[in-house]
Amino acid sequence: MRRLSWFNATSLTIGFAFLYLPMVILVIYSFNESKLVTVWAGFSTKWYGELFRNEAFLDAAWVTLRVALISSTLATVLGTAAAYVLVRGGKFFGKTLFSGMIYAPLVMPDVILGLSLLLLFIAVGLDRGMLTIILAHTTFSMCYVAVVVSSRLVSFDRSLEEAALDLGCTAWDAFRSVTLPIIAPAVISGWLLGFTLSLDDLVIASFASGPSSTTLPIKIFSAVRLGVSPEINALSSILIGFVTIGVITFSITTKRAVVRRRREENAT
Amino acid sequence: MAETKPIPQEGTFAPWTDPQAVPLIRFKNVTKRFGAFTAIDDLTLDIYPQEFFALLGPSGCGKTTMMRMLAGFETPSEGTIEIDGRDMAHVPPNQRAVNMMFQSYALFPHLSVYDNIAFGLKRSDMPKAEIPDRVQEMLRLTRLEQFAKRKPHQISGGQRQRVALARSLAKAPALLLLDEPLGALDKKLREETQFELMDIQEKTGTTFVIVTHDQEEAMTVASRVAVMDAGRIVQVDTPPAIYETPNTVYVADFIGDVNLIEGTATATGEYAYDVSFAAGADPIHVTECEADIADGSHVTFAIRPEKILVTREQPDDRANAVEGTIIDIGYLGNLSTYHVELPGGQMVKATMTNSSRISRRDYSWEDKVWLSFRASAGVVLTE
Repeated sequence: MRRLSWFNATSLTIGFAFLYLPMVILVIYSFNESKLVTVWAGFSTKWYGELFRNEAFLDAAWVTLRVALISSTLATVLGTAAAYVLVRGGKFFGKTLFSGMIYAPLVMPDVILGLSLLLLFIAVGLDRGMLTIILAHTTFSMCYVAVVVSSRLVSFDRSLEEAALDLGCTAWDAFRSVTLPIIAPAVISGWLLGFTLSLDDLVIASFASGPSSTTLPIKIFSAVRLGVSPEINALSSILIGFVTIGVITFSITTKRAVVRRRREENAT
Repeated sequence: MAETKPIPQEGTFAPWTDPQAVPLIRFKNVTKRFGAFTAIDDLTLDIYPQEFFALLGPSGCGKTTMMRMLAGFETPSEGTIEIDGRDMAHVPPNQRAVNMMFQSYALFPHLSVYDNIAFGLKRSDMPKAEIPDRVQEMLRLTRLEQFAKRKPHQISGGQRQRVALARSLAKAPALLLLDEPLGALDKKLREETQFELMDIQEKTGTTFVIVTHDQEEAMTVASRVAVMDAGRIVQVDTPPAIYETPNTVYVADFIGDVNLIEGTATATGEYAYDVSFAAGADPIHVTECEADIADGSHVTFAIRPEKILVTREQPDDRANAVEGTIIDIGYLGNLSTYHVELPGGQMVKATMTNSSRISRRDYSWEDKVWLSFRASAGVVLTE
């Protein structure tokens, strides 16, 4: 490996400091003995202990986890189905429109998405609670899944599916026994992406949540408005840990899948 | 169009000459359009059981479309396709006794060689207990026994090609379709595999339809070759007949190397014509010409380079002899091709076998040589 020139090393340091300094400070202060957030009084893990005795935070965490699990699973099923139809469905009326529309929520401001969902829930008389948060999160996560899965399907040799049909499979059997195992890494990446997105969404969840169910980001946001406590620092540190694991797993599975696919494609 | 029917011989495989033979595949006035593009244009063709039938043509001539219609991936816009007497219009691919070997092989990357071959069997009526035996039989046939547990990316290109073949033959289809099966192999392996394919075809008795753009491959493996151009079949015949008696300039030019000399025909007797191609030059004398040509019509005389003899002196026993100048020599090792310019400016290629190591080097550039050929060596084509 090459040593960086002093110029490159400096820009790299400044850039990464800009990105990660706030988070590093947050993690450091989560181990602060003092109740005053800005005064360092020695190392302690007591705020983590406090956190695990705080019922309200634990409830919110449990809701968040369930929402993330269920919504990302639903989003994976819907997103994969949508990607399959858009890539494999041949030419059908309105295909271009549909392909465009599946990407729209990716660039749509969260506030607008949240507001429109809120209006819909009120219109159909759905009480806001965990169900509505799950629905809302499924809505935006499925677009991400669809994007990830369709990019895999585009590079997928169509003749594999034709070979399956030729050897006696029905269309569903061909999808289940040939297509799905091959696109599985992309489907898993999509699920992880959806899970991570759901875990740290604040804006949409705050539109869709009711008094009975609050997700962790909402809880943190409202707690901070009453003053930053070291407990929040501890909680945020844990969340950072979760998301980091999620993102790293996502990129590793994607990278592995790409490497393996390259090897297989070089083989054919 | 001059149809030349070979004379049926006792004991040879030629069901197309037998009016009693029942075809396995019948294309009846099949047309296939993709939007405004006509891929197959009013095509009628019979293919008989146990044939090794080659569809040959440049890319875009419609040969792959014909194959995909047989497999059931495309349906004809007009006309019918019958397999074994049954109209296939509404039969989906998974219900046809037809299997296909794909150009990309389309091996399932997540399954082992064994599971790839067993894939179709598991979805057939075959009892579960018989599947391992059948897979073993296929592995033996394609000499893949020791690779059964490997994944497709762990074996060589030639082995993958054999897995694809074994997988498509496992269900013992009535018809096997091969889409450019040897395109991805290098030349030497391709030649070996051609003979292997013929051998397997003979052993299994399956009807093979092969799509290829490689004319040598088609000539080597096929019992009959259909030469296609722009959605139409130009000529269907045995490889020797296609080579020696092409019915059009297109076929003559597409198959092998050929000299095409344009001229005017004059009848000189039964099946005999003179073709005059340049003012002042002696006309070419042609016999055994089956086409009926009006005097003075514009024709093309086609002769293969290996039918022309190159000599220093004028030969006296040949119907046609003309003197020319060597412009270029292509040395291929086993053969040498001489590009000779005739007095009228007409270029003619003549191929001579380099049958001995030392001689045959006596011709050089700018040398005057005599080109000669028999009256029956070439054909006269009207279109």
